[in-house]
Order: sequence, then structure tokens, then C-alpha cells
Amino acid sequence: MPLADFVPLIPEIFLAAVGFALMLAGISLGRRGTRPLIVTAVAALGVTAVLVILFARAAGAPERILGEMLVIDQLGVFIKLLILATSAMALLMAAGFLERAGYGAGEFSALVLFATVGMFIMASGASLVSLYVGLELMALSVYVLVGYFKLETKSNEGAVKYFVLGALSSGVLLYGISLVYGTTGSLDLATIRRGLAAVPQDNPTLLLGILLVAFGMLFKVAAVPFHVWTPDAYEGAPTPVTAFMSVGPKAAAFAMFLRLFVIAFAPEVEAWQTILWIASAATMIYGNIAALTQNNVKRMLAYSSIAHAGYALMGLVAASGTGLWAVLMYMAVYAFMNLGAFGFVILLESKGYAGETIADYAGLSRRHPGAAALMLWFMLALAGIPPTGGFMGKLYVFAAAMEAGCVVLTVIAVVMSAVSLYYYFRIVVQMYLKDDEGAAPATLLRDRWTEAMIGVCALVTLAIGVWPGPLVEWAKGGLQALGVGSSG
Amino acid sequence: MEFLVSNFEAILFYLVAALTVAAGVGVIALKNPVHSALSLLSTFLMVAVLFVVRHAEFLAAVQVLVYAGGIMVLFLFVIMLVNVKGVRPDAAFLTRWAPLAIAGGVLIGVLLALLVLLGVLATGTADTSALQSVDGQLAGNTEAVGITLYTTYLVPFEIVSVVLLVAMIAAIIFGRRDVALERPDGEARP
Repeated sequence: MPLADFVPLIPEIFLAAVGFALMLAGISLGRRGTRPLIVTAVAALGVTAVLVILFARAAGAPERILGEMLVIDQLGVFIKLLILATSAMALLMAAGFLERAGYGAGEFSALVLFATVGMFIMASGASLVSLYVGLELMALSVYVLVGYFKLETKSNEGAVKYFVLGALSSGVLLYGISLVYGTTGSLDLATIRRGLAAVPQDNPTLLLGILLVAFGMLFKVAAVPFHVWTPDAYEGAPTPVTAFMSVGPKAAAFAMFLRLFVIAFAPEVEAWQTILWIASAATMIYGNIAALTQNNVKRMLAYSSIAHAGYALMGLVAASGTGLWAVLMYMAVYAFMNLGAFGFVILLESKGYAGETIADYAGLSRRHPGAAALMLWFMLALAGIPPTGGFMGKLYVFAAAMEAGCVVLTVIAVVMSAVSLYYYFRIVVQMYLKDDEGAAPATLLRDRWTEAMIGVCALVTLAIGVWPGPLVEWAKGGLQALGVGSSG
Repeated sequence: MEFLVSNFEAILFYLVAALTVAAGVGVIALKNPVHSALSLLSTFLMVAVLFVVRHAEFLAAVQVLVYAGGIMVLFLFVIMLVNVKGVRPDAAFLTRWAPLAIAGGVLIGVLLALLVLLGVLATGTADTSALQSVDGQLAGNTEAVGITLYTTYLVPFEIVSVVLLVAMIAAIIFGRRDVALERPDGEARP
């Protein structure tokens, strides 16, 4: 492979190189270096965004690079830019948090960049091998980030549970991949698609392989019944890590899901549609019902993120062009509203684990009216009320499911959205209608970077809500690259 | 004598296979943990010989390096650092799970036997030439693996090296002693 072939890989190589440099700089700067390190990492993410756009422009039509291991197309660019934005925002939110807790930022920012490289590979893999190693790079970095606060028992517990279950699910995914390879004789997604058309539709080995791949992917997006790791990992992880892992890796996993099932397993659509239908319905029902009884805000948001994975899965179940760009739209909207909500948990979490129980939000509107209003905005967005972006996201996914004839699934989704209002509004009721007398009230910390990020999230959520056109067009372009076309 | 020469591979295979099974039984039958570990080591080495007999030289080398080298050292470290002399086998635990373990072992044995009978024997002897060719050209097994790894799968191979780096960083983060952090009061950090 001549050296010139590696040119399209420059964004990934650049990010990894900055990661190495940050690690070394972190050692020499020590605890004083938190903000410079974070700023460097964010600047690197910004440069990468420019590089990604330039290389996509240069490629023009979808181009398979590096021995057909990766592909440059609109879907990849959409997800990559979304991942870069969420990684940068999570890093900026983490700066003050790391300083307050006294943990260094060198390895932290390096691991976030390595995870970003892994997500890039997941978003642009054209072969089962490259997709899998990308997934492992992302997952391993996130396991470490979850346990980054190593003196906190909860952080350790969350990391170990996530690691053990994650390793198991990787094994299941690999077993599925090996069975698919065995029946089709190829690891290349496009070749697998052609190979599947030649294999009998009810080949049991192939069906088992697809089933196991689906199980592995459902674990990565935290869908029922593979969700058990989510509440513990989300609660135990340092809150900026929770914010990071609930958006970027989920978007990358959905991109990988799209590539695997829409490109490679397209001829077997009838087989996997049923599996995903059941998973989507179960995820929406269980995630929303379990969130009702949570008193810890991070656990509640964990169950809420499980429920949101269920909504996004509806777009995959629809298996149409409309459904697929709706998934991309949903991931974009969900990323910003979820980051915003976690931003508040970061600000409220001062020493120990204050600001995590719902009672800590009592009377917040009197002390910090502006912050309470923004939190109300994110709760409305997560519940899917217009004119927030959350409403537009849900609207497109539900419309796609209706179009594909999944009426029962859509009814479940609408009913469960109504249920979700109850637990999102428990926080709102605490903020606006409860007094803080009696309990020691949690106060908001001053942290300009996190505050700025919350503002950005609120603006983006509003912009998508009132003017979704450009994003919709862009997401549709992403699917045309897959050769699915947009029918809506 | 002529029989011995012409069937050398088969005789070697069955001899080593029998020794592998014997060493495997030794791992669970021997009382002294160090003896068990040594028995496991000889199982690993025998399996490496089996790989050579089947013309998978690269796998044989990896088997020796990774299992006999790395994993075995880890086992011995654990045996030497943990005082295993004082640990007595839990008799109640053993009797309770013995039937299940035997059933599982028999099931796996039957399935493996079926695999051999239906698969390999039905289609004649296994063809190993695919393990040694690159683009249809015959090469050594190690060469074939190497060429494929450094051409077709170069990109995943490089990404895996970053994965290993992350694993190493993880071990350092969790293993090192952080003096500044060991003050739970959260005050007066340098």
C-alpha cells in the first residue's frame, strides 16, 4: 500500500497524534495544566472538523479508501461532525469538573481523543474488521473514562460492570461476525450484500449470525434487554463522562448499525426487522417506565437515554430512506438536548454527589431563575414538546414508522412519550413549585465554560426546532450516499 | 519400518494428541497447584506441536509466545503471590456442581465428535493449502499471514495498536499511586 493511500486517513492520524502529545504534556504540566490541555484538545477537534470537510469535498462521490477498509461518504461526514461537536463540548464541560475534583486532564483528554478516533472508524468502516476494531477502540477508552475517578467507589463499580458486560457483548458480536463471514465468505460490507442475495433466505447459520450481530449492536446502543449496564455506568461515571458517553458513542453505534444492517444485511431485511421491532418496543416501554421511580437524576437520565435509543431504533425498523435519515436527525437533536441536561447536573454536582437527587433541585427557580428556565427547556426537549428540536426529532421518526406501516409501534412510542413527561416534569415541579426549606439546597457553581456549552446546546435545540430544513436536507444527503435514496 | 515412515505425520499426531489429553487431565487431577500449572504448560506446548503437524506454523509460534510465555507467567505469579497452600477445595461445592460439569463435558465431547464425523471425515481429509497461499500463490504459513496482515488488513492492524496503547494507559492510570488525590477532604490540594 503506497504512502499516498494514507492521505484520507489524516484526520484520524492527526487526532491520535494530538492524543499522544496531550498525554506527555499532561505529565509535565500536572494539575496546573487542566485548562490549556482541554483547550488544545478542543482546538485539535476543530482542526479535524475542517480536515473532515476538506477530504469529503475532495472525494466528491462516496470513495472507498485504504484497501476498501473505510469509506468516505456523506453519512460518515454527518456523524463525524456530530461526534466532533459532542466530544469538544464534553471536554469543555469537564474542565472545571476535573479541577474541582483534583484529577489530571492529560490522560482524560487523550482518552477522549482516542475514543473519537474509534468513533470515526465506526462511522466510516466499510468492512466488518475495521468496524469492529473501531468499536473496540471507542469502548476501551470509554471504560477507562468511566472509572477515571479511581478513588470513588461508584466510579470503580460502574467501570467494572460496563467493562465485563461490554467484553461479553463484544464476544457475542464477534461470534455473529464470524458466522456471517462463514456463510458469505467476505468481510466487506458491499460483497456481503451481494453474497446474501445468493444464499437461501432461511439459512440458519446466517440468521444466527445476523441475530448475534444485532444483539451486540443493541448492547452498544443500550437497548432492552441489553441495557442493564447503563444505569450503573451512567451513575458511577464522572458526570462529564456520562454526558460524553450518552451521546457520541451512541451516535457512532447507530451509524455502525446503519452500515451493517442497511448495506450489508439489506437482503435479509424481513429477518432483522422483527428483531429490531421487538427491541425498539421493549426499550421504549421499559426505559420510560423504569425512569418513573428514579430519585437520582443521573440514573433517571440513564433510563431516559435508554428510552431515546428505543425511539431512534424505530427509524431502523422502518428500514426506508425516510426512517434512516430520521435516525440521523434524531441522533443530532438528542446529542444536544442530552448534553444540555447533563451540563446542569455538572453545575449542581459540587462536592461529593450533591445535585444528583431530584430533591436537590427544590426551589432552584427562586435562586437561579435563568438556569431553571434553561433546564425546563431541556426537559421539554427531551419529552418532545414543540417548539423544541426534540419534537422535530420525534416527529420524523414517528412519521417514518407510520409510513412503513408500523402503526402499533408508533402508538407505543406516542403513549410512552406521554409517560416520559411525568418524570421529566418531576424535576420541573421541584424547581418551580417546591420550597428548599428544610433540606440544604444545592447551589449552582460558577463555571463559565460549562455555562457557555449549556447555552450552545439550548440554541441548537431551538434552531433545529424552529428551522429544521437545512439539517434534514443534510441528513437526507447522508442516506443517498448509502444508495438507499430518500423517499420522504 | 516403511509403515512408520509413510505414516509419520499421523503417528506423531495421535501420539501428541494423547499426550495433550493426558496433560489436560493432569491440570485438574494434580493436587499441587504448581504441578497443575506445569501440566497446563505442557498442554500448551503439545497443542503448539499439533499446530506444526497441521502446517499452521504461525499459530504454533503464537501459541508458544502468548500462552506458554505470557499467560503461563501470569498463572505462576498468582500461584506464588497468593498463598494457595492454605486453600482447601470446597467439598460441598464440588459435589453440588459435579453432575452438571460432567454433563457439560460429555455434551461438548459429543458435539465435537459429531463435528469431526460429519465435517472432516465426510469431506475427506481437510485441505490446508488455503492456509499457506496468498492470492493463489503458495507461500509459508507465517509468510501468508504476514503478507495479508500488512497489506489487506494494515489499517485495522494499526488501529489495534492504538487499542493496545489505550489498554496500557488504563493500567497506568489505575495502577499508579496519586499522592495529591489521597486527601478526601478536597481541601489544600497543591
